[in-house]
Amino acid sequence: MDWGYIQNVLPLYGKAAWLTLRTGAAGILLAAIVGLLCAAASHWRVPVLRRITSAYVEISRNTPLLIQLFFIYYGLPKIGIRTRPEACGILGLAFLGGGYMAEAFRSGIEAVDRIQEESALSLGLTRLQTFLHVILPQAAAISAPAFMANVVFLMKETSVFSAVSLMDLMFTAKDQIGLYYRTAENLFLLVGAYLLILLPLSMLGSVWERRLRYAGFGT
Amino acid sequence: MPDLGLEVLWKGKNFARLLGGLWVALRISLIAALISVAAGILLGVLASRKHSVFSAILQVWLGIIHIMPQMVLLFLMYFGTTRAFGWNLSGETAAIIVFSLWGTAEMGDLVRGAVSSIPAIQRESAEALGLRPIQVFRFVILPQAVRRLIPLSINLITRMIKTTSLITLIGVVEILKVAQQIIEANRKASPNAAFGVYLTVFVLYYLACRPLSLAAKHLEKHWG
Repeated sequence: MDWGYIQNVLPLYGKAAWLTLRTGAAGILLAAIVGLLCAAASHWRVPVLRRITSAYVEISRNTPLLIQLFFIYYGLPKIGIRTRPEACGILGLAFLGGGYMAEAFRSGIEAVDRIQEESALSLGLTRLQTFLHVILPQAAAISAPAFMANVVFLMKETSVFSAVSLMDLMFTAKDQIGLYYRTAENLFLLVGAYLLILLPLSMLGSVWERRLRYAGFGT
Repeated sequence: MPDLGLEVLWKGKNFARLLGGLWVALRISLIAALISVAAGILLGVLASRKHSVFSAILQVWLGIIHIMPQMVLLFLMYFGTTRAFGWNLSGETAAIIVFSLWGTAEMGDLVRGAVSSIPAIQRESAEALGLRPIQVFRFVILPQAVRRLIPLSINLITRMIKTTSLITLIGVVEILKVAQQIIEANRKASPNAAFGVYLTVFVLYYLACRPLSLAAKHLEKHWG
């Protein structure tokens, strides 16, 4: 292990980790929004939209992110839709994650007792108020473990971003190994960087899950 | 109608080549799935006793597999072993090893979960009836555990198939690589080939995974 070399490339890895975090966070946020909208559409049984969202969920969950990215990045420009690499990564992650998030939220919403909704409606709350103030808070507690599992899963999925020429951690490691043959140092940095990002995230998930269970939710 | 570049597929053997590429990916996941199911059942049954050595091994193993992206694991296996042990693994072998390590841990965890989710009274009743431990396992625990297990293991295989798309990045010539070759070769004649060919790859992956996840969903409802 050549520590001098590691010190030299550390800023490169810092930059790459920041890119992974940034695009990952943006993609996950978008995915959560898409997922919530899909779950709402299926909860309210919106006629056409419900069909579309359920088809979308099936498509996004049954295809790999890498293929989705290739289609967005190399396929879509041929019919005039162009995206920059970073936007492409975020879009792809949102497309994939939306399906997973929709399932997480949907199962949470379904687990809330029907009587909760009926009571709220009979108290005179509108359907939107019922959803936002009665169903969603309870569903959120139930969905939390699945949601956090999805967050970690999606953050890990960002490791294919290098395929659409984003200079993320994988790209940096591959590039450095190709240039200098410093395999050991770069693999060490690669694993270290991912641990630094993913370990706190997954620990946060289990702490949160335990607290929810402690509060009596999600059982 | 804009040119979608779909005509490339019907030229020569292009479509058959794409299917061949898909088969390379499917074959790797099938081999890894077979290894994982066999090894995972063994590990899971051994680990289903709390506080045993195997349950500790499984925990650590799962922790490592869960925290690292598959891409990084493939990378470590492909480049790391060359550097550390001087092995010269082909991309395909590296992929099978990584997927088997991953699948065995996940499958082991599923088996452990399924076996320990069966109420203790089942085992106790069977023992009270005079069944030997092996008989208890064979006739009481196993049939119940398998019902919970099958949908979950189908889902695992589906995930494995989706993950095989990554192996193109460690140099295995599978469907995505074949797609690139076709697009490259027809750059002049069909400049829009990228759209049609990548769309086809997308649809093919969907067609490979959708029946499996549908079956898993159906079995879960049916048996759950």
